[in-house]
Formats: sequence, C-alpha cells, structure tokens
Amino acid sequence: MEPLERYRPIIDDFEAFLEACQRPLGNAVRVNTIKASADRAVATLEEEGVGFERADWNPNVIRLETDSPGSTWSSFHGFTHGQEEVSVVPPVVLDPQPGERVWDACAAPGGKATQLAALMDDRGTVVANDSNLGRLSALRFNAERLGATALAVTNQDARNYSLKPFDFDAFDRSLVDAPCSCEGTIRKNPDTLDGWTEEHMHSVAGVQKGILRRAIQATREGGTIVYSTCTFAPEENEAVVNHVLETEDCRVREFDLALEHSPGVTEWDGEAYDESLERAARIYPHQNDTGGFFVAKLEVGA
Amino acid sequence: MSGDNDNVGRRFDRLPATAAERTVDGRATREEVVDYFETRFAIPAETFDEYTFWEKGSGKIWVYAGEAPSPLEIEAIGMTCLRTRQEHWKPTTDAVQRFGTHADRCVIELDREEAARFVAGEDQELEWDGDWGYLIAAHEVAGAVEPLGVGLYVHGEFRSMVPKGRQRDLER
Ligand SMILES: C[S@@+](CC[C@H](N)C(=O)[O-])C[C@H]1O[C@@H](n2cnc3c(N)ncnc32)[C@H](O)[C@@H]1O
Repeated sequence: MEPLERYRPIIDDFEAFLEACQRPLGNAVRVNTIKASADRAVATLEEEGVGFERADWNPNVIRLETDSPGSTWSSFHGFTHGQEEVSVVPPVVLDPQPGERVWDACAAPGGKATQLAALMDDRGTVVANDSNLGRLSALRFNAERLGATALAVTNQDARNYSLKPFDFDAFDRSLVDAPCSCEGTIRKNPDTLDGWTEEHMHSVAGVQKGILRRAIQATREGGTIVYSTCTFAPEENEAVVNHVLETEDCRVREFDLALEHSPGVTEWDGEAYDESLERAARIYPHQNDTGGFFVAKLEVGA
Repeated sequence: MSGDNDNVGRRFDRLPATAAERTVDGRATREEVVDYFETRFAIPAETFDEYTFWEKGSGKIWVYAGEAPSPLEIEAIGMTCLRTRQEHWKPTTDAVQRFGTHADRCVIELDREEAARFVAGEDQELEWDGDWGYLIAAHEVAGAVEPLGVGLYVHGEFRSMVPKGRQRDLER
C-alpha cells in the first residue's frame, strides 16, 4: 500500500480509497454482442443457475457471483467474456462505428479489441496490435472464441508502427490502452506494487509517450484517440497526454461517463499540465467498487 | 522453385473467386467454400456476402470481415473457419459457433447431458439417421438452439472435435 501514499493529496476520501484497494475484486463479465444480446446472455446465466447482478451504467456489464466465470455455458458459447468492469470504459468512450478503421495499439489479450469489434457490429477493420507475441496468442484465442471476424492481428512495436501491410494510410480511431505500472489492479493482484520503483515508472512513461504520439500520427485529421491506463500515477496519465498536446496536433475532448469518477489533475509534483486535462477521467476503486482506471479522449487536428 | 504462385506458409492469400481464377494448385475457391457450407449445413450463401476468405499455410481457411490487400503478411485475420486439404473438409469449432446458427442440415441436437459430454471432449454413442461425417452439435439454450461445435459421426458414435483448449467441464 505504501506507494499509494503519494496520491493522498489528489484523492478525495483517501481512507475509503485505501480501504477499497485492500478488498478483493468480484468477477465481472462483458456481454459479447457479436454472439448474444444482453437479454440472451442473462437468460443463459439464469438457466444455468449462476447468480449475477447487472451494472447500472452499462447494459452489457454483469457482475457474477461465481469463482469460475470461465466455466459457464454462457462463456463456452462466447456470450460473455471475463473483463473487469472499468476495463469496459475505454472502448465505450472511443465509440467506434461499423465500417470504420480502428487501431488498438496495445491489444493483448484482447478484451478491448473484441469489445471494439462488438461495438462495430463486427463490421469494419480493427487492427489489434501488440509487441508481445505470446500475449497475442491469447488474443487470437479470445477473438476466435468470441467470433470477432473484423480483427486483423499485427505484431509490432507500436512506437514506430508501420501501416505498410494495409491499403489505407490512417485510422479513423485509435485506442492506446498502454502498458503501465498497473496500480489500479491491486484488488486483483495484491502484489502488483511489490516491485514499484520511480525509475520503472519513468521508463514506462517514456514508452507510453512514444505509443500515444504514434497513435496521433496514425489517426486521420478529425479522428478520435482514447488513451487509457489502469494506474493512478499522473506521470503515466496526465503527463503523457500533456506531452503529446505539446508535440502533436491534438486536443483533449470532453465525454460522458455514467460511472462515478474524478477529473484529471492539472498539477502534480511541482508541474502544471494543460487545463484541458480536467476533461480526462480518473476512476478510483472506492467510487464504484471496481478497479482503478484513467481515460482521456483526444481529437486529432484543430 | 518457390515463385509468387506457391502457397506460402507465413502469408495470407485471398481465395480466388472461382476455379477459373485459381493460380495455386489445390487451393480452394471462395465459391467452393460457400458451396460447402450451403450444401452440407444449409447455411445460406448470402451469410458470407460481406466476408472474404483467405488461406495461410496449406489448406487452413480464414474468414474475415475487414479490409486488407492480398497477399498479406500479418499474424492473423478474422478467424480460422475450415480445413480443406483432406478429402473431408472440416469446419472449426469457433466458426460453427459463429455461423452455425444459420445451419439447418447435419445439425445434431443434444440434450444437456450429451452437450456437457461433448464440451468436455468425450465421445459418445448416439442415434442419428442423417449423413455421416462432420456434424454441427447444438443444444437448446434459453429458448433457442445454439451451436456448440463440430463432431465426427461414424458407426453410431459421435466424436467431439472441440479442441483441448476450448474443452470445459460444465454443469450437466
Ligand atoms: C494494459 S495491456 C493491454 C490490455 C488490452 N488492451 C486488453 O484490453 O486486453 C498493455 C499491452 O501493451 C503491450 N505493449 C507493451 N509495450 C508495447 C509496445 N511498445 N508496442 C506495442 N505493445 C506494447 C504489452 O505486451 C501488453 O499486452
């Protein structure tokens, strides 16, 4: 818990935050609308006697009362996919449309890439990329089980991503669900903070800036980018977005989010960030009884 | 000699529309693939109107909804749907789950107990008076029939073809 102390100044009700971070997290699933409607998925769970509760902010998020969410008929049929509740947020904010060209720069193991395909009615092109080949095999397994046919899978370093394999030269939308120090997953992995060092955080931030920069370059004028992490550190969140505001042609956009959240910070550790970073969302574990997440929405060009 | 017209193992090639456009010996055509699903399982040909079919390696067919030029050297596109280089073509579990809801022929309906055995990868004795060979296994879920995967029916026995990594022990 100690590395979290540094966030005391920016988190309201810090004690509730710490307390929530120590509670284990339940099992949530997302309805895979490529294969079943939310009603059908819910009816399937009911039929097999799995207890559940539906999230009130999104019709496709279901909290399960079972320890093995992967061993249900609903999961075997690909009606549902185990995905942390807050992890459903970034694709919803990106809001991809059927037929579009969408890039998921850091896609493995594919929870969000398959969600992007589902949001597009599995029509269009979702380029799911990851630099880690082993993790890509998990992504491919998930994509096939969920029946996502709009995915094209590539294995590149997103920082200097090449669109050469394809016939088009820009995406309509891009998701950068960046590698990060994962502080927000502490409820799932209690030892996630064990190896925490400031050095590591700064080196990850460098990678994040590189990937987000490339995503902005690879997205068409007027296109949308969502930057997300599952960590609290402003160095990996607002500071990364602030960096691209200074170096690339883009701006931060407002968005609606039905989950309780806090605005992005504009001051941290003696540094000031662009005022527009207030439009980003910080979701803390104690606000909705979930994991933690950071989400910012950007638009390319003026 | 390995020229442009060979079947290159690491790359995706879009299937030719018909035999007249075929440049690689033995490669299935789009027409044959759509025909196979229609003849064997009565999946209407229109089901695949918005999809393209691709081959990577020998006889492994992929179905894809997105855009891409051919040939294409990336990790994957869409999903594997069919193996064509044996005498009897074999659809994949995941493709059958994805497109099998449109099937109306060579679909064997299982009860819950039989479905659970199938999903666990077990073979079982079953009555079936249709064609032998690869069948779509299905069962009723929440009021509608839902495909489970592919099984091989021979001599009164139905063999589950659910791959190891997809097998589950589910409530019977
Ligand atoms: C937070 S995870 C992505 C989770 C994924 N979006 C999902 O919803 O399932 C971050 C991913 O970034 C990948 N990654 C790390 N550095 C990368 C780079 N330079 N280029 C592309 N991917 C990278 C990691 O392999 C990891 O899979």
